[in-house]
Amino acid sequence: MDAFLHQLLAGLSTGGIYASVALALVMIYQATHHINFAQGEMAMFSTFIAWMLIQAGFPYWAAFGLTVAISFVMGAALEVTVIRPMRNAPVLSVVVVFIGMMVIFHSLAGWLFGYTIKQFPSPFSPDAWYGGSLMSPHEVGAIFVTLVVVGLLFSFFRFTSVGLAMRAAAQNPESSRLVGINVNRMLMLGWGLAGAIGAVGGMMVAPVVFLDPHMMMGVLLYAFAGALVGGIDNPVGAVIGGFIVGILENLVGTYVVGTELKLSVALILIIGVLIVRPAGLFGKVIVTRV
Amino acid sequence: MNENLLEVKGLHAAYGPSAVLHGIDLSLKQGSVTALLGANGAGKTTTLRALCQMMVTTRGEITFAGQRVDGRSTERIAGMGIGHVPDGRGTFLGLTTEENLRLGAYGRKDKGAVAEDMDLVYSYFPRLKERSAQQAGTLSGGEQQMLAIGRALMSRPRLLLLDEPSFGLAPLIVQDIFSIMRRINKEEKVSILLVEQNAELALDLADSAYLIETGRIVLSGSADEIRGNDAVRRVYLGE
Repeated sequence: MDAFLHQLLAGLSTGGIYASVALALVMIYQATHHINFAQGEMAMFSTFIAWMLIQAGFPYWAAFGLTVAISFVMGAALEVTVIRPMRNAPVLSVVVVFIGMMVIFHSLAGWLFGYTIKQFPSPFSPDAWYGGSLMSPHEVGAIFVTLVVVGLLFSFFRFTSVGLAMRAAAQNPESSRLVGINVNRMLMLGWGLAGAIGAVGGMMVAPVVFLDPHMMMGVLLYAFAGALVGGIDNPVGAVIGGFIVGILENLVGTYVVGTELKLSVALILIIGVLIVRPAGLFGKVIVTRV
Repeated sequence: MNENLLEVKGLHAAYGPSAVLHGIDLSLKQGSVTALLGANGAGKTTTLRALCQMMVTTRGEITFAGQRVDGRSTERIAGMGIGHVPDGRGTFLGLTTEENLRLGAYGRKDKGAVAEDMDLVYSYFPRLKERSAQQAGTLSGGEQQMLAIGRALMSRPRLLLLDEPSFGLAPLIVQDIFSIMRRINKEEKVSILLVEQNAELALDLADSAYLIETGRIVLSGSADEIRGNDAVRRVYLGE
């Protein structure tokens, strides 16, 4: 029973990380209806930036904040330079660009930082009071960080006029322009936020899986599954989906298929959701009257 | 000082390679209601889009309140005091009624006045107040039309561009909306440029009117003059 509980809680913790990356995917999907396949590699690259800053002597939380800021700028800059010119391109071209970005970030990280596996520190000391026999302090901390990110984003979209404008621009760009919203700026902001959220996910997962250019490959798949399970157009759903996938992955991996086949859980989930409920568990079906 | 709020000279507009407007001149007096009449495909909607530089490329001069508008971005024009109630109503379907209205005030910094304007819109359209927390996609066509007008009003515009507000609505609701528009014009001193296929309805509300055919203005004058014109009576008023 103890082992089961432990697996469950460990799943919750990795689920939190999938949830952050899923959230980043949703961010961009909502605004542009594209899945950013490079999201994981962007997060990995951001984590390397954090690692570099820590190596350079920055205290952890300073490096954390700086990395989030740099990743925001990086995401926004990508939108302006790479994605915006593709605005009217066919979907397949956009997909190819995303895959290209994925490969570039991957190779760039390998070239700049090397392929050797690196330790990445956790800000949560291993003997902190909130750790226990069932969950390590890092697992507890990672969940907490995820929840803070979700809470901040939720408040941003719910209560600020820029957040409202971003939702509006994603839904109806033409009408948004007519009320004075600069839609291009909203898209840039969306990409920046996605970059920043992904970076948080990367920094939270790195102490667990260790830092190397391959770090996010599996995570992206799980996050994608999480986003689909919850509803790719629904931030709250994506977060819940991320947690569900994390728990399922751990339990099914431990008790049913074994660790080697764990990744197939994500793939089965993706296919299952697409067949049974394409909008996801919490996907919003917009009601329209004509 | 020019008394015309809107002055358009030699306006051409095109969607990509296909030209729709071929040199339109029109002017609109401060405080007036001007109707733009014409058949389907004559270029009425395109004229409104051209005024907001939306989806079309234009040539010619557009002056609003003494400032050139052509060449500016749609979102900047919205900020200059032109409220556009677009073709198809432009509802943000997934947002609530109240969020739709709040979006109309996007970019305004005077929070207190925005709250007052929200009450004002609700006083013109009490139905919207009842539906304020409802997803806008669930509103009826008439309610969405009211929402579109309300959203445009939230920017405190000097000029409202209305694109076929009667389209697809029951006659009673249309009457209702047109009488509210008359009140808005009188009480809020908002000038209106109204595009309509229903000439009778439009001429009732308007002070002056233009008739547009295949991208050109073929007739203009006071609402009474237009109503009295034989060709108009035959073709557009069905008499």
